[in-house]
Formats: sequence, C-alpha cells, structure tokens
Amino acid sequence: MKVTPAVNTFVGRPVERVEDLRYLRGKGQYLDDLQKEGQWCGAVLRSSVAHGRLVNIDTKAALDIPGVHAVITAADLPSVIPTIPFRRPNPTIAPYAQPVIAVDKVRYVGEPIAFVLADSAEIAEDALQFISVEIDTLDPIVDWRASENGATLLFDSTQTNIASVFEARSGDAAEAFRAAPYVRRERFSVQRHTAMPMETRGLLAEWDEATSHLTVWGAAKLPFFNRRAMAGMMGLQETAVDYLELDVGGGFGARGEFYPEDFLVAFSAKHFKRPVKWVEDRREHFLAIAHAREMEAELEIACDLDGSILGMRGTINVDIGAYVRPNGMTPVRNVTQFIAGPYRIANLAFDGRALVSNKTPAGTYRGPGRFEGCFFCERMIDLAAKDLNLDGVDMRRRNLLTQADMPYALATVSPNDGFAETACDSGDYRTTFDQCLNEFGWQEKSPLNGQCIDGLYHGIAIGNFIEGGAAGPRESAKIELERDGSVSVYVGSSGVGQGVETIMSQIAADALEISLDRIRLFHGSTSNLKEGFGSYGSRGTVMGGSAVLVAAKEFLAAFQDAAAERLRVPSDQVTVEGGVARTRDGRSVPLIEIAALELISREATYHGSKQTYTFGAAAVHVSVDPKTGRVNILDYVTVDDVGRVINPLTLHGQVVGAAVQGFGGVFSEHLQYDSSGQLLVGSLADYMIPISTDYPHIRAISLEQYPSPNNPLGAKGAGEGGIIPVGGVVVNAIASALRSFGVEPRSLPLTPPHIWQLIQETKS
Amino acid sequence: MLMEADGEAKLLAGGQTLLPVMAFRLAAPAILIDLSGVQELKGISIDDTGVRIGAMTTWRDIEDDQRLRTAAPLVSAAIEHIAHYQIRNRGTIGGSLSHADPAAEMPGVVVACDACLEIVGSNGMRSVPANEFFLGPLTTCLSADEVLTAVRFPPWPATRLWAFEEFAQRRGDFAYAGIALFHETGATGLVENAHIGLIGATSVPRRLGVAEAALNGRRLDGETIAAAAQLASSEADAEDDIHASAAYRKALVGTLLERALKAAAERAEAL
Repeated sequence: MKVTPAVNTFVGRPVERVEDLRYLRGKGQYLDDLQKEGQWCGAVLRSSVAHGRLVNIDTKAALDIPGVHAVITAADLPSVIPTIPFRRPNPTIAPYAQPVIAVDKVRYVGEPIAFVLADSAEIAEDALQFISVEIDTLDPIVDWRASENGATLLFDSTQTNIASVFEARSGDAAEAFRAAPYVRRERFSVQRHTAMPMETRGLLAEWDEATSHLTVWGAAKLPFFNRRAMAGMMGLQETAVDYLELDVGGGFGARGEFYPEDFLVAFSAKHFKRPVKWVEDRREHFLAIAHAREMEAELEIACDLDGSILGMRGTINVDIGAYVRPNGMTPVRNVTQFIAGPYRIANLAFDGRALVSNKTPAGTYRGPGRFEGCFFCERMIDLAAKDLNLDGVDMRRRNLLTQADMPYALATVSPNDGFAETACDSGDYRTTFDQCLNEFGWQEKSPLNGQCIDGLYHGIAIGNFIEGGAAGPRESAKIELERDGSVSVYVGSSGVGQGVETIMSQIAADALEISLDRIRLFHGSTSNLKEGFGSYGSRGTVMGGSAVLVAAKEFLAAFQDAAAERLRVPSDQVTVEGGVARTRDGRSVPLIEIAALELISREATYHGSKQTYTFGAAAVHVSVDPKTGRVNILDYVTVDDVGRVINPLTLHGQVVGAAVQGFGGVFSEHLQYDSSGQLLVGSLADYMIPISTDYPHIRAISLEQYPSPNNPLGAKGAGEGGIIPVGGVVVNAIASALRSFGVEPRSLPLTPPHIWQLIQETKS
Repeated sequence: MLMEADGEAKLLAGGQTLLPVMAFRLAAPAILIDLSGVQELKGISIDDTGVRIGAMTTWRDIEDDQRLRTAAPLVSAAIEHIAHYQIRNRGTIGGSLSHADPAAEMPGVVVACDACLEIVGSNGMRSVPANEFFLGPLTTCLSADEVLTAVRFPPWPATRLWAFEEFAQRRGDFAYAGIALFHETGATGLVENAHIGLIGATSVPRRLGVAEAALNGRRLDGETIAAAAQLASSEADAEDDIHASAAYRKALVGTLLERALKAAAERAEAL
C-alpha cells in the first residue's frame, strides 16, 4: 500500500524557534527599548506603611524639582476612583477591590499613593522622597489567623476579612469518613512566593487627541481584557483603546494582569496629552507584582486498608493580601477543585477561604493552586501509605484514573466563577506513571531509600499530577494573503517568551500547506483582531492554535473560490494542495498569483469551553546532607501526556523550566514579611531563584498517546504541568531520605536551615 | 581629592557593591572618585617577602594567576566562591576589603592569613594588620582621607596544610558561613600555628582563637576535631536573619571546621 505523506509536517517536529534569531542578535524589542518624542517618565510613590489612614499628602517640594512636571494623587482623579477589575467576578468580592491609587487608607507596603511625572525616570524617582505623606498607622494583619479573627477589618464597609469561600464538593464526604477504617488529619503550608520574570513590568501610553485614541504598549497575557477594562475606566469606546504587545521577557501568570499602574500611566497620558512611560525596577517588582502561593491546609484523608482512597476533605486558608486582584480568586478556587489531582476519590469536601491581609495582593503564578494542592495531596498519600504499611507506588496506582473513568468529573465548585464544572478529558493515567517508574529506574533505585552513603541520606519518590488547560470560551485568528504571496497570521494568543510565533507558524504552515518561511506571525495586540483572549491557564497553544486551524480552513476555501474564478470552473472542480489550486484537467494557479488579484483575508473564531487535562508523573532521587540541610537533586524525571506535541523543543523547555521554577519554590524563594507588614526581601540576593547551573539532572519525556477529544489539534495545555508535582514529590523524597530521623516536612520552603531544624527537632 | 571632598566623596573601585547600594538609594555620595585608571593600584607581585596584591586588582586577575595556587592558596580557593564570573570580572580585592562585609570571603581570608593592609593617606603610608583593619560590620579603620592600596600576604610554607570550606544556598551567594583554615604539623606530628578565619556567622571578620588553641599541640584525631568544631560553634557570634537562625549558623561553623580539618588532612596525605 502506498502511503501519501502529508504535504507539510511541521507540527510535531523540533522546529527551532523562529523568534530566537531576533533575540540572540539583540533585536528583541522590549518595553524599555521604546522611546516616544516628548515622553514623560513616571515613578510611583508607594506606601511604606502596611496599614493606615491617609491623612495628608504634600507634593509641593517634589513639584519644585527641575524636570518634574506633575504629581498625581487620588485628589487629581475623578471623584469616583476606579477599582481594578475582576477577571472572574463572584457575589462577595466587590468590596475588596483595589482602587487604582490609595484613597483614604493604605493596606500594604507598596500600595501606590502618588505618581510623579518628570523628564526622566531618574528625576521622577528623585522626586519621590520629596513628597511628604502623613499616615495614621493601624494594626497590620500579616497572617491568615489574625485576618480570620476579624478584630481589625481591612475594609470598613465589610463585616469580615474573608473575601470569599469556595466550596468544592463531590459525593458524600461525611459519610465516607464516618465509615472509613482509616482516617488521618494533617496540616500543610506553602510560603508566599511568586513569578520573577527577567524583564520587569513596564508600560508606555500615548493619547492621540486628534483621533481620541489611547495606545498602551507593554501588553502581555491578556491584552483584550485589559483594553476592555481600560476603556470602561476611562469612559472610552473599546475601539478607542489599543493594547500593543512588544517582546515580553517572561510572564508566568503574574505579568500582564491589569495593575494600578496600567491606569495611572494611561490616565496621565490622556490627562497631560503626553506619552507617559513607566518601567518597574526589581525592588518595585517585589512589592508590586501579584504575590502567590501563601496557603495553609487542614486536611483529612479516609482510606480502605487496601489503600483505596475513600475521601478527602478539609479547609485551605489562603492569604490573598490586601485586595482581590483581577484573578486573585483563581488560586483559591483551583486548590479546592484540583487538590485531589489525578486520583479517583469519590467523596470530596473542601473549603477554600480567601483571607485579606496587609500584604501585597495575590494573583496567579504558574500552576496556581495546583502546585500547592499537589503538594498537600501527595504528602497526604505518602503519610497514609506509611500508616497502612502499604507501598506508596501501589497505593497511587490503585487510585489513578483510567480511560474507563473518562470523562471524569472533578468536584463541583461554588460560587460558580465560570469553571464550576469540569472533567478530565482523556487518558489512562497509569501509562505516564508506569513509564516514569521505568525511565527513572525505580526498581534499581529503591534499595537506596533511606541509605546513608558518605554522609548523605538518599531518598526517592514519585507523584502524579494533572494540569488543566485550554481555558475557554473562544479564541480568534486571522489569515491574510500578502502581495508577495506570503501569508500573515494574526492570533489572539499572547507571547510571553514561550515561542508562540514558532508554534503558531508550524500550525499555520501545516494547515495552509505552505513553507514556514512564507508565514509571518503576529500575536496578542488588540490592533490585530476584533476580539482575542490571550495566553493564560495553559490555553495559548490549544485555543490559539485551534483558531488558526479554523481560520486556515476558511482561508483555503476563499483561495479555492478565487482560483476557481480565475480558472473559470465551478469551485467544487478545484482542489487545493500545497499552496496550489488545480483543476481535474491539470490546470493550476498558485497562491502567489491570486495575491496579485485579491488579498484574501479571513478572520475566524474557535469556540471551546471544555478544558484539556495533561496528566503526568514525576520521580526524584535526592540526597540530603543532615549537617548542612543541603538537598541535592540527583535525578528528576517527568513523563507527561500532552495529547499532541506541536514542538518537542519548546515543550521540553516548558517542562524543564517549570520544574526548575518549582525547585525554587520548594527550596528557597520566599517573600518574607515582618510583624509590621514590611517585606523583608528587596533584591535577588535575598530572594533566591534558581540559577542556570543549579539543577542539571532533569529529564523530561512527553507522550501523545491520548489526544484531547476537546479540540481539533488534540493538544492539551502544557505550560504549567512541569511545576505542579515538584513540591509533593521532592518533599516526599526528602522525608524518605530522612526516615531514620523520623523527619516529615509539612511546610515549604525547605531551605537548608529548615531541614536542619527539622532534624534537630526529632533529636530532642 | 578625598581631602578636598571633606567626607562627601566615595572611592569607586569595581562598583560591584557601591553601585547597587546607590541604586537602592542607601548611599548618595556627592562625588565618586573612580580608581580604575590608577595603574599603580593593580597587579600581583610575588617574592620571598610574600605576595602583594594591588587593591584594584580584579578577582578575575587573581583567579587566573596560577602562581597564587601555591603562593597564597587560600586566596585562590576562596575566589571560586566569590559571586559569579561577571562580577569577578569587575570586582576588586581592595573594594571588597574596604567594604568590610563580614559575610564576604576575602575579609575572612586576609584575617586568617595574617595579611597586612597597605594604606595611603594625607599623613603618608601605613601598614595595618588585617585583624586591626576591620572594626565592625561594614566598618574599617580607614579614615576619610585614606585609600587602601594593597594587601600583603606573608610567605606561605610549602608544607602548610589548608582548606577553604563554605556553605551557601547557591554557588556564588553570600555564604551562611565559611572557614578559611591553615595549620602546620610539627616534627612530632602535632598541630602547630592553627589559623581559622571565620566568614559569615560573625559581625566582624576574625579568627576563632579558642578553637585554634584547642588544635595547637594536639594530634589531629577525631576527638580533637570534634572538640575544636564544638568550640568553633560556640565561638561564632551569629545572629538570626531572614535566611537562617543563629543556631543553624553556629552549628554550621562547627561542621565546616570539621570538614576543613579533614580536607586539610587529605591534602597532607597527598603531599
């Protein structure tokens, strides 16, 4: 039998990133590279007090500094100060929204109080110290227990510091726990840490008085939502605002949300009719970027004696900081829905409580609520397996979902934020688990567990995860024929450094059956498309790629029609292949000839609200030095099934990078506060992210055995999965290594001093 | 110039500490005096009086000088732990010593090695032993009109045993603690002339005299090592900070001394 190969097969191949040449040659264009004639530069005066009433702001001395043009405070804004919009509104969070600039109260160190505009960023920053701010301090709340207590309320209009409670329910947990032969209760916590993109945030806004149009450069993640929000706050038509995307040096979920500075920069540009630029420095980034991850879980597990998990329940208290930010609820609702991970647990009851505190407001950071939930769940399973004298591998395997369970409904969450009900889409989760065991060499390494070799204790562990992706409801793409026969592809997905140009070009080249070098890819900016969404929730490739497929189909149909007209035959007598339209009698017309006559343009939207679930396992071999508390990662193996691999190189980069980022969260990254609400880290010398040489032993294998039935690509979101299992699996391996000491870590980060401390505690 | 500036000037060496401090607005000197053009402050000379390293010599130049691996091995060994190569390309030994951060490697090394610091000021030149140079955290005996010009290490006997041990969260970070150690072994096989410089876990770069005394005149067996490590732990004057508790740092000092003594002994076997 003769097999006819597809014309193009870019999808699935390790195509080198098309954007890299630009980056490597120093031709990347980041926000700070952009200068506008006559621009003013802004600097934000931030509260140095965690909680207090604003009594007076005196800006006179600052205004006297040569080069300073203006200082904006709440008094200069419209009488109703706009608040930062919510991405996912729910019934209780409205009073907890953040005003774009502090009005009567400051609620965290770093909250914007004033915005200075000057000829240069340096002058603006110089001027900050000449603004005198009088604040009557109030008692700061710096942990969730004090917040729950409610003796001090952050918001006078409310009765509680609990902004929202998400309930996830499945089956009948109370009955399952009543009847279970084994129950264990535990408390776990994860520390506050967050994304540290190499390029800090920045914005440049310009108001064109003649056309009444506002342009904002520095968009990332979700430009269209931010445009809509900005238009509403400025009283403009949506089309009177454009959010433009330049190169973006990393997002990780935190960058690109609507922040106070978005409004302050744009408002100033419109108000003073001047381009206004603001670039965050690293110290500011620590105070201003959405924080993440800080939560404590009180959990219970119920099992049969054979290791079948009958139920899990508990409460997760999340310190969300001073305000509910655009997606500040996402980690809270996620941890309640995804804590049980890839395991078949019929009876679930979790409450996720969002508590405000006098710290920087929280938001999403890669794998929000999932990294934390996976840590809680995997720790719980290991502790239960130990109690029940079962092998943790057997216990996990027994409870993993299989294809027979699909689609598998996860616990329903209320209040409904648009994702209340979701189901795992496809896969036998034992396949990645078993392959991970094999690749890792579990059998051979098992005897090392708990062994001390040359003073180092060895331990291994394996865990499983799921990664929700492809957040709906839709995404758009447009394909345009250019005069030279090349094709411009516009997609609503945003670039945050993940290789969106490459991925989308591959998909478009295959769909259009033309070569990669004939495609130019544009993404993100609101000027490209009528509507778009962006890159978040592991959706960029799946949703944007599917939109490109839909648009390509319409584009090819238009090409077929145009070619038929040219060839004077009915359209159905023409076939299109490899960028050439042909009649049955052998006449043909290539796309480039049509380009001379008609510039075909087709914009289309892909609709899809069913999420995809990448699943996978990770195994790790650690050694621990009990004298210093150092943990060495000797081997780390992940095996995931992403449904369909578009580009193995970029995927591998995502998985390995996410794993390393996870190690940072497990071992070192910590946004520590003191009891007065001062953030104690202000530089990358104190906030220790992994460096490139720290973790050389990572192996990542991606499978495509179970395509998603929920989109035409069969692909599943894959940008976050790599970080999700890290906490659970690494901590279980450390516990296993230190079994002779009886160390069972329950809180992150596991810095060397923390591990040493745990060992000391077991000695006494 | 320093005198004219009347305390308003800061000397700029490699800028790897001063510039970040200025960027954080923790220092705002009215005048910066860039020393990078002063060739006389650069260079390494070695003769039978020892090693002299000019204050403006970069870490990179020290690191690359193979002669120092025998002439001042603790200096060579310590440099591998100083920050990252980009910083070592610019940072200077004089800048680091003048900054006098007790968590930095070189202050502990010069104290351990009985080095002398050459200082030039309006009253001429003076030479100060390292242990008198450092007065406290970020504080030295340099007066406002003085410049550190060089550091001079005494000759290093070939039979001397040494080790440099530090423990940091990531390579190149400021260490939780570190030990710069050397000693000699007398004809009887007993430890002589033990020098232990403490890095981190202290408010001022200094030697651990009590632990040194516990080593001198003893055979380097397990018991002696354990006793010295115990004493070093107690002697370290660490404080709690956001990275580690004082208890951890003190325990770590003992562990590092123990490891340094063993590493030095292994070096003896290799001789």
